[in-house]
Amino acid sequence: MIQAVMVISTQGKPRLLKFYNFQPPEKHQELVRGVFQLLSARPENVSNFVEADAIFGPGAKLVYKHLATLYFVFIFDSSENELAMLDLVQVFVETLDRCFKNVCELDIVFNFNKLHTILDEMILGGQVIETSSEQIVKSVEEIARLEKQSSTASIIPKSISDRFSR
Amino acid sequence: MASAPSAPATAPSLLDTLFQLSLDDLVKSLRADPSAAGESAAIVRALSVVHREIRAPEAATKAAALQKLTYLSSLYFAPVASHPLAFPAIELLASPHLPHKRLAYLAASLSLHPSSLSLLPLATHQLHKDLSPSTSSAVSHHVCALALHLLASPAAAAAPDLAVHLAHDLVPHLSRGSPRAIAAAVRVMAACPSGAVPLLFKPLAACLASPDPRASTAAAAAFCELSAPPADPAPFLPLAPDLYNLLTTSRSNWALIKVLKVFARLAPLESRLAARIVDPVCQLLSSSSAMSLTIECIHTVLTALPAHAAAVALAIGKVKEFLGSSDDPNLRYLGLLALGMLSPAYVSTVNESHDVIVLSLGDPDSNIRREALHLTMGMVDDNNVQDIAGMLASHAARSDPEFANEILGAVLAACGRNVYELVSDFDWYVLLLADIAKSLHCAQGDEIGRQLVDVGLRVKDARPELVQSARTLLIDPALLGNQLISPVLSSAAWVCGEYINFVKDPVELVEALLQPRTGLLPMSVRAVYIQAVLKVITFCCNLYCERLNDSNKELDLVFDESAIDQTAVRSSETEIRPGEDEILMASTTEKDPFSQKSIVYMISLIEATIGPLVECKEVEVLERAHNLMGFLHLLREIQELKDMKVGDHTKHNRVKELVKNMQTIFSQELSPVSVNALKKVSPPEDLVLNENLAELADVVSEDDTTPSTSIFLSCRGSHSAETEDESATSVGSSSLLSEHRKRHEIFYLPTGKAEEDANNYPCANDPLLSADNRIATEDKSEAVQLVSDWKKIKSTRSRPKVVKLDGEDFLSSMMANANIAKENSLSCTVRGVLMGRDAKPLSSPKVSDRTTGGMPKNMDSGESSSQRVENIDDGIGSHSRTSKPQNNEKEKSAIPLESDGKEARKHRTSGRSGHRQGKQKNRERPSTQPNVVPQAPLIQDFLL
Repeated sequence: MIQAVMVISTQGKPRLLKFYNFQPPEKHQELVRGVFQLLSARPENVSNFVEADAIFGPGAKLVYKHLATLYFVFIFDSSENELAMLDLVQVFVETLDRCFKNVCELDIVFNFNKLHTILDEMILGGQVIETSSEQIVKSVEEIARLEKQSSTASIIPKSISDRFSR
Repeated sequence: MASAPSAPATAPSLLDTLFQLSLDDLVKSLRADPSAAGESAAIVRALSVVHREIRAPEAATKAAALQKLTYLSSLYFAPVASHPLAFPAIELLASPHLPHKRLAYLAASLSLHPSSLSLLPLATHQLHKDLSPSTSSAVSHHVCALALHLLASPAAAAAPDLAVHLAHDLVPHLSRGSPRAIAAAVRVMAACPSGAVPLLFKPLAACLASPDPRASTAAAAAFCELSAPPADPAPFLPLAPDLYNLLTTSRSNWALIKVLKVFARLAPLESRLAARIVDPVCQLLSSSSAMSLTIECIHTVLTALPAHAAAVALAIGKVKEFLGSSDDPNLRYLGLLALGMLSPAYVSTVNESHDVIVLSLGDPDSNIRREALHLTMGMVDDNNVQDIAGMLASHAARSDPEFANEILGAVLAACGRNVYELVSDFDWYVLLLADIAKSLHCAQGDEIGRQLVDVGLRVKDARPELVQSARTLLIDPALLGNQLISPVLSSAAWVCGEYINFVKDPVELVEALLQPRTGLLPMSVRAVYIQAVLKVITFCCNLYCERLNDSNKELDLVFDESAIDQTAVRSSETEIRPGEDEILMASTTEKDPFSQKSIVYMISLIEATIGPLVECKEVEVLERAHNLMGFLHLLREIQELKDMKVGDHTKHNRVKELVKNMQTIFSQELSPVSVNALKKVSPPEDLVLNENLAELADVVSEDDTTPSTSIFLSCRGSHSAETEDESATSVGSSSLLSEHRKRHEIFYLPTGKAEEDANNYPCANDPLLSADNRIATEDKSEAVQLVSDWKKIKSTRSRPKVVKLDGEDFLSSMMANANIAKENSLSCTVRGVLMGRDAKPLSSPKVSDRTTGGMPKNMDSGESSSQRVENIDDGIGSHSRTSKPQNNEKEKSAIPLESDGKEARKHRTSGRSGHRQGKQKNRERPSTQPNVVPQAPLIQDFLL
């Protein structure tokens, strides 16, 4: 299964964290730091796999992609195929790119919920449920539409800035 | 624009709601000041606001606050107190408003925590409602997906109750073949096997045969996850026909990968399976263009089908393609990994790729380097060990420090494996060890040091070369500043001191051991250096005396008497020191180092260097320095030996005798000790095991090791030369010991006099370390006494105080050493032997207990495996005969069997835990009623 998905900036700041195995919250920061140290020490143009036993326990592997200012990291165990996971990272990045039209770090910073929606369309409980980026984009758009329908009932605007900008 | 609501309202009001900051605002405020301090201040501010807002009655306010809190706790690791997040989240789960519901589900699945699980039952009803397929609208479908996400979240996995209650609700979704439900079912089954497996297994298995490729892919993934280690894959054997069907018909690479993974686990359990799958796997291997599928096929072939030579050859061909792909490091890495999976039977294939592997050692990717190293070490055998080790050592010199040490560690481990079974040329190996130690980034000092001593002890023939190598290490002043290799220097010093008879130039050695830069060494190593000096000077003086004797015999009759005396002594000691003649032979050829002049030079050099250390703060160094200086004080007389030939015979004889006795102590051979030596010590016949131990219970419980430590310390006092390795532990335990002695005086042998002496002696450095200091000061006082009163020499040599502590045990333990002996440090030997005798009553019940506990366990697993085999035969047999199991009848027949298998497994585990309890009971029982080894409960468990 997939044990965790992380998006970490090249500054070492987490942009998206999702654990599919229980990790105590007080350990999260340590895990992010461990992964970041591991990745930032690796030169460019080397393999995308790293053994992560030291951080995530025996048998854990890590696949990552370094794109612009972000590391996209999937942590998985022996039940997943390495190259398939690499593909999945690619699918995730492609989907983000489609959803945000040329995704950049700021999109990810400001779209916490949407990011989770996208990820949840792809992975559930550590199992891959959808691998087609098109399908995922479709589902995400559908969800956005449903939410919009539902939120027309809302009387109070979400934030003052929204209110003023109207 | 909006400013932060700073009004500290006591209760959440509409105002709060109106002026609430959204998540975007929060993100902006966090980004406004990117410094760590500014950020943490912003977090604290936001948290205090959120904690107020989250208690608001309006759902919108609450939802926005929850969203912010989720964000902060997820990405900024904000310390969210135990459950402020959980309750509002669960409250909002029931919201009819979809965005709120989504937020609540996200918050719950991200941050529910086992400590907040007590709240989860509150959510059960809501989840149940959301999961039930009331309408088929898009909204309810989406809500259902949210509920499934929560159900599969890690927090829910820790709540088996939730899983049990909601397992029923999953069934309709499973029968529809929803990939989400299938994935959630895996988590639910893992969370609560007893409750969920009987319900969910059948619909899940049905999904494997589903015509919907998404369902079958998800089901294959589900079974791959369920059969993953540490689970036992055997219960999944009945699924083989469906999986086979998928393997031959599916076009989804994801599904094929998962099916192959399951087959790789199942094939070793059932030989017929391997024969069935080998063809489709080979077909996939040769036809597939997807690398992920190819590498999975290779894995499957190499791990599960090693007997099918054609398939393995095909896989190896693919692996070589991977290795050759120069542009993709991922493929090269995976290719090397695959090579590492090859069974030892195909070691020649690995050797064929030798060049690629060696080239990969220099790859910029540390993964590839490491894997290449791993493969290289796998190639090592006794024919090529010299080539490979040499190649690796030179490679280490060119690598970055971290990898260099990995290489060196691997080389040391490989060569040292199984008592150097690969090494045939020890002269080479000793040179290699010295070279490695001298290499730039070497941090393997401990292991090299250990092996240097170990080789010295175990391999007699390597000693001349070993001493040579040690000498090159010792005389190099540049090495002294390198803390990483001080353990190596320590071992080198020990080796040179211990095997001094192979040293060509003792004077040079003494100079090396006393060179000014030794001040840079850690104190523990200096202590070893000083001890080595003592051995060298003893050896030289002894030879000098011997030679003096010989020459005097010829030239002068004055020494006749002493010569006779000498030979008498020697003949009485011949059995203890067989190497004596050899030493003489070796030395007479070289005259220089043993002339009076050089000895006097050495003595003055030692006095000049070691003298200041007599006031050293470190007890080990202090003690050794005192020993050495005391000995030198006595040797002063030696200078006069030659001059006053008609001097005091008895005085001269005393000196000679002293030197000779010292030499005797050092010249005894140390042998390595087998790890099993302790077991081989049979308890004396008259020893009744476990008798009287109840009385000692309070003593033993506090510190079982103390009794033996006291004995060990006493031996050390008289035998300090050879126990140097143990010094560190003795310092630590000595204070404990003295305290223990105070409390349990009656169990100790009387030592009144020794302690009085210690108390009388004026300059004890540290009262806390009394036991150790006592010995140091004893030595000192002995030295002083010796100088002042020659008549006591003989008595001090045998250390009467020590003898009092342990009676004759000292000598007998020495003899026992020689007999049983097989470990590198003598102190361990001593302790082993003594504990072997003394602690036997303690350890033996455990041993017997272990064996009795182990047997039923084996039988138990044997029984269960036979049971398993039956299951398999039933399952597979019924299927494979009809081969294509599309009808549901077969499915039905398979599944009850399957669940039986599960049941059996559960039984087995419960049985095993029963054993464990039984074992614990056994372990406790011998202390109270030790004579009966309790068999009864074990047998009962076994019958279960």
